[in-house]
Amino acid sequence: MNKSVLFGAMTVASLAAGAAAAGTLEDVQARGKLNCGVTTGLVGFAAPDANGEWKGFDVAVCRAVAAAVLGDGNAVEFVPTTGKTRFTALASGEIDMLARNTTWTLSRDVDLKFTFVGVNYYDGQGFMAPKELGVASAKDLDGATVCIQTGTTTELNLADFFRANNISYEPVPIETNAEAQQQYLAGACDVFTTDASGLAATRATFENPQDHVLLPEIVSKEPLGPLVRHGDNEWGDIVRWTLNALITAEELGVTSANLAEMSAGTNNPEINRLLGTEGTLGEMLGLSATWANDAIAVSGNYGEVFEANIGESTPIGLARGLNAQWTDGGLIYSPPFR
Amino acid sequence: MSDTSANAVAFVRTESVPASAPPVNAAGPVKWLKDNLFDGVGNSILTVLAFVAIFLILSNTMPWVINGIWDAPTLAACREILDGTTGACFAVLSERWNQLLFGFKYPTEMYWRPALAFAMLFVAFAPVLFFDLPRKLLIFTGLYPFIAFWLIWGGPIVNPILALVGLIVGYMVFVRLEKTSFAMAMGAGVVSAAVIWSLSKVIGSDSAIFSIGYLETVPSRDLGGFMLNMMLGVTCVSLSLPLGIALALGRQSSMPLIKYVCVIFIEFIRGVPLITLLFVASVMLGYFFPPGSGVDLFIRVVIMITLFSAAYIAEVVRGGLAALPKGQYEAADSLGLDYAQATRLIILPQALKISIPGIVNIAVGLFKDTTLVSVISMFDMVGMIRGPILASTDWNGVYWELFSFAALLFFVVCYGISQYSQWLERRLATDH
Repeated sequence: MNKSVLFGAMTVASLAAGAAAAGTLEDVQARGKLNCGVTTGLVGFAAPDANGEWKGFDVAVCRAVAAAVLGDGNAVEFVPTTGKTRFTALASGEIDMLARNTTWTLSRDVDLKFTFVGVNYYDGQGFMAPKELGVASAKDLDGATVCIQTGTTTELNLADFFRANNISYEPVPIETNAEAQQQYLAGACDVFTTDASGLAATRATFENPQDHVLLPEIVSKEPLGPLVRHGDNEWGDIVRWTLNALITAEELGVTSANLAEMSAGTNNPEINRLLGTEGTLGEMLGLSATWANDAIAVSGNYGEVFEANIGESTPIGLARGLNAQWTDGGLIYSPPFR
Repeated sequence: MSDTSANAVAFVRTESVPASAPPVNAAGPVKWLKDNLFDGVGNSILTVLAFVAIFLILSNTMPWVINGIWDAPTLAACREILDGTTGACFAVLSERWNQLLFGFKYPTEMYWRPALAFAMLFVAFAPVLFFDLPRKLLIFTGLYPFIAFWLIWGGPIVNPILALVGLIVGYMVFVRLEKTSFAMAMGAGVVSAAVIWSLSKVIGSDSAIFSIGYLETVPSRDLGGFMLNMMLGVTCVSLSLPLGIALALGRQSSMPLIKYVCVIFIEFIRGVPLITLLFVASVMLGYFFPPGSGVDLFIRVVIMITLFSAAYIAEVVRGGLAALPKGQYEAADSLGLDYAQATRLIILPQALKISIPGIVNIAVGLFKDTTLVSVISMFDMVGMIRGPILASTDWNGVYWELFSFAALLFFVVCYGISQYSQWLERRLATDH
């Protein structure tokens, strides 16, 4: 008891010391590098390629922020974190931001004292079943055996879903995603359930992906987004608006192909404000006028990043779905640049 | 009356009958088979069953291995080549071997540096392991840590040289003053070593001397793969052995303070799982050091693993000490040897000999435990497989090939250690 009080006090003291120090923006600029927390590896979202270069959907957010702040999308120190170490790494100041497919929940926001600056991917729990099973909907799964990772929110969501629909199921508890793939392929369970993006990525690795279907039901909300520490709102604003800049760029049709042309000035005042030829938005953030221009130049707008890493042209083959622009019926929506 | 005289006998053999070959079933392969494989009904059944099992295992795995594809850019391409037939995709090994061995961030053009350090490791260890070799080789062993540090992490050669000089000066001061007072000599040695080490600060980092022998620096975060396992294993075993012996002796000490410090340390460490200590090293210490400063993660992990295995080695050595007959201690005392002499000349040589199997057991276990660092997001061999390689869109879904390769590498090292220890036991056997 005494010891935990002592450690708690020390933690608070060190956090206070960290917060009292110079702002994160000044730290990053002085260092010349952005420390960005990513996963140790998740297909399509963050993984080093054969040359050791980090690639992926979350990685693109890190690079965009680095470009906005430092003008160089490669000025990032990627700090790999596991599900267990990610929050302490952020809280202790080891990383400046975390872009690691982390679900935005109330307790993480309030209790762990983080600020989720937005959502870069709307995920949700889905189901995968072999085609020969002949189910078209998750509601047909009465009495099915379900492979499910233990100790996750997916386990609870699954129970809720089946209870709400008044059907029964038999869980097959498994430990890791890799084990789940093996068990599912070996026929130990009829259905495999996890986040829809994970299901798609998993199915892409099967020898015969066309023999398996993703059922249409999505039974939970998993908004994934980058987050920063409480206590430095200026830094939070920078990360938030960098993400918004990528989203707005897609909405306004600014792509990596026409960026140079557009940044010379257009007839659309919002594009001009975004790319810094009009107004002082960059100055307000404490960044250069071309901050959004630099961020978009790294790997294009939101839609381009999506297509290049997890979109339908990649083996993962995710459709935009909820992650389409609001103008196309999705949820991706940025407040105006004004 | 009998006429059985010599003359009456028609034939007398004058030389012995040439030895005929033994019956087929009493010698040679048939006898061996009969004795070892088909000795009775029960054993024959077991033999047949064993052969069936071996056949089943091999007939299922060998086509997979022999039919393996070694050249393909992705898993999908590999499966296309295989076209539905059984076969392994070893192509992941030929494409990512460098990441498995060195981690994904170690600069490719500098692979020769850790490779050279690895080759020199054998030269450095040879005189320690095989004591028939000339003793002068030990000088190289003493230099090796500094050379290896310089090769793997890079930087100016002045740093390791200063560290070495500091160590030597400190030791010489210690030896000079040892006669007067042990504690004072120790203090003076540490101070003089520290003076030498701080020289690099005095010179200033932009001095020309730092450009001599400059190798490009590689931060600890960029180390990975099997190299990281080897580095952790070698460093931690070498450091924990002396520490463990000191702890074991301390636990036997008659001085209560030393004794209880050692007892509490050993019991505490043995009561805590290694993974907890690793989390403390990587996560908790991050809170206590200001961001950006603090001790390198590699060193934090080395300290934790070393402390952990030292506690276990201490208990093994204590077993060896306890197994020595009391007469040995008394004989040493009766010769008029002081504690240091008795321990060094009489007690430890015998106690350590008894402890060899236990120590080797700990060393092998420690080496395999280094894969636990993957849970604190260091990319050792297993971390590389579970993280970057399986998470790449190219190779997601390959398991057996990667983990078999990891198992093979670990087996080679661990089997080597165990063979060495058996040789050592035979070499040291004096109870013939």
